[in-house]
Amino acid sequence: MMNYFPDEVLEHVFDFLESHRDRNAVSLVCQSWYRVERFSREKVFIGNCYAISPERVIARFPRVRSLTLKGKPHFADFNLVPSDWGGFVLPWIEAMARSGVNLEELRLKRMVVSDESLELLARSFPNLRSLVLVSCEGFTTDGLAAIASNCRFLTELDLQENEVEDRRGQWLSCFPDSCTSLVSLNFACLKGEVNLAALERLVARNHNLRSLRLNHAVPLDALQKILMQAPQLVDLGTGSYVHDPDSDTYNKLKSAVQKCTSIRSLSGFLDVAPRCLPAIYPICLNLTSLNLSYASLIHNSELIKLIHHCSQLQRLWILDCIGDKGLGVVASTCKELQELRVFPSDIHGVGSAAVTEEGLVAISAGCPKLNSILYFCQQMTNAALITVAKNCPNFIRFRLCTLNPTIPDPVTMQPLDEGFGAIVQSCKGLKRLSLSGLLTDQVFLYIGMYAEQLEMLSVAFAGDSDKGMLYVLNGCKKLKKLEIRDSPFGNVALLADVGKYETMRSLWMSSCEVTLGACKTLAKKMPRLNVEVINENDLIDASSDDRQKVEKMYLYRTLVGPREDAPEFVWTL
Amino acid sequence: MATQGLGLEITELRLGLPGGGPEKNEKKRMFSEIEGEGNSSNGHGKTQNKSQVVGWPPVCSYRKKNSFNGRETAKTYVKVSMDGAPFLRKIDLSAPGKGYSDLVMALEKLFGCFGIAEPMKDADSSEYVPIYEDKDGDWMLVGDVPWE
Repeated sequence: MMNYFPDEVLEHVFDFLESHRDRNAVSLVCQSWYRVERFSREKVFIGNCYAISPERVIARFPRVRSLTLKGKPHFADFNLVPSDWGGFVLPWIEAMARSGVNLEELRLKRMVVSDESLELLARSFPNLRSLVLVSCEGFTTDGLAAIASNCRFLTELDLQENEVEDRRGQWLSCFPDSCTSLVSLNFACLKGEVNLAALERLVARNHNLRSLRLNHAVPLDALQKILMQAPQLVDLGTGSYVHDPDSDTYNKLKSAVQKCTSIRSLSGFLDVAPRCLPAIYPICLNLTSLNLSYASLIHNSELIKLIHHCSQLQRLWILDCIGDKGLGVVASTCKELQELRVFPSDIHGVGSAAVTEEGLVAISAGCPKLNSILYFCQQMTNAALITVAKNCPNFIRFRLCTLNPTIPDPVTMQPLDEGFGAIVQSCKGLKRLSLSGLLTDQVFLYIGMYAEQLEMLSVAFAGDSDKGMLYVLNGCKKLKKLEIRDSPFGNVALLADVGKYETMRSLWMSSCEVTLGACKTLAKKMPRLNVEVINENDLIDASSDDRQKVEKMYLYRTLVGPREDAPEFVWTL
Repeated sequence: MATQGLGLEITELRLGLPGGGPEKNEKKRMFSEIEGEGNSSNGHGKTQNKSQVVGWPPVCSYRKKNSFNGRETAKTYVKVSMDGAPFLRKIDLSAPGKGYSDLVMALEKLFGCFGIAEPMKDADSSEYVPIYEDKDGDWMLVGDVPWE
């Protein structure tokens, strides 16, 4: 019947489809649906910027207004990918500028963004409203100045955890007096000073500002003045939170905070004088999101005092110095908790501060709505994981990281296979899983058998043989991203089902047993995969023996063949 | 202080009379932890020492650089012995803001050997200068070589 509806009706129906996956599915139904869908799609999501070219994206979706792009593989976060590997946004911006795309929103993750790109972006798209950069690098505050100066309708400038060279210019002062449309401004990752007077004036004239995250260079007295101008804020990231709690400024801050009755999300506290924390207690009651993962100067006892006020928390990011006892307090206070991330406070893992399985069990028992966890811990037991699996069958994301990557269950000295097995068996909706601890092929058997919805799996120092990897590749039908490091998986696993990789976004394997010959074989059989060998130490060249092991391999499906911007040390087979 | 390879090899600091026989002459490895960050040559050997594993624990590099308020850098504790003192002390040389004057003040405090800090503070009016014997056996004026 739908074929007899005019295109406008189809388009109107498709408008209700929010997710790009639904739209992708719809476009496969028939030619006319494909046609209607492509002309009406405004938000385009590209999970791997090398899977397709900007020209083809624009050709298929000429009315694109919002583009999301992801670049480097996830393991780039942990310094496993050399810095010149790629992921440049410039060609995308150039192509869109050339084609007259009416770009309103650009969201980038793990991409290389130059000042030139930002300047071109600012000049070419007068309707640009939103720029979100996550874990990107390559730009300076000069690029930000270009955005601030030229994007007249900017509502959102959100910089999350980027490496930005701070030229200590006056980028923030570049927002013209006519800029009154800001809803979200996050510059927490910038290192340098901003003109505080300009910042205060900017906040004062942007009455729609809902989200403001300051950087370290904004002191507490400036925060107080800003809050007086913006009591409507919903999300606040403090700058430097240090002052004399007996001062007039601090008292003013307290009354400013009391007026901010809309704040639901709080972060920052990079630099903090714990005696100033009570000023924020009044807003704690309403908080749904709290990120104290950079606040290493808050002691355990003050953290716990703070948590006691936060009974509505849905998301909590915290350091492991909270301890198992502190997590017990979270468990008894935060009954609405859905997402918990516990980061290590001592990266070298000497970890007397670290949490153990006890904290995780307490949380699982106290927080029935928990569905997402990232947990760095000193140790873990199978018994604990089995209990957690029983308590929380709703996990969508489960990421466990033992500080010692191959530590067994300290009570039984067994691998953690049974524990993770319980997790995947119980959590039928699990989409993302990160493993750690001593693990054999058995855990992968369980994953292949039970993790039916699994889309992303991270493996490190795990498994005994190719069987492990094969269990996963054969069993996890919805697998999109698989990243493996330092595990004994080799050619047999890699080549068993080459067609599988076209159903996935990407596969990363480093310090495994895969050889050059196998990579070449794979590349030859699958022309629609780019099989990249990342060859930093010049160990592999054209004359290399096929039996040589490949240190780092990254393969991904693509419609556009080997990329032209690959550096010397990346060899696309 | 030059670093050689991955290990920071440095002798103990000894406060004592010149020419005093080296009772403990072994070059000892410092108590230090090696950052694995950005060290791509580590990719080859799977080291047992977890602190040398690149990218473990998997904390993203932005977080590593911006957390731990400077405690993230390798702590370099050095043993210090003084002739005649019954026990040794340890000093952290890597703490931010440390310099030669901090070192001599710390030594004064730890060993009660007052008098070495004064020439550091006020070189002109002091009768004495602080000197040290370097690894080649030469007597050097404290302060010429940059602290780093």
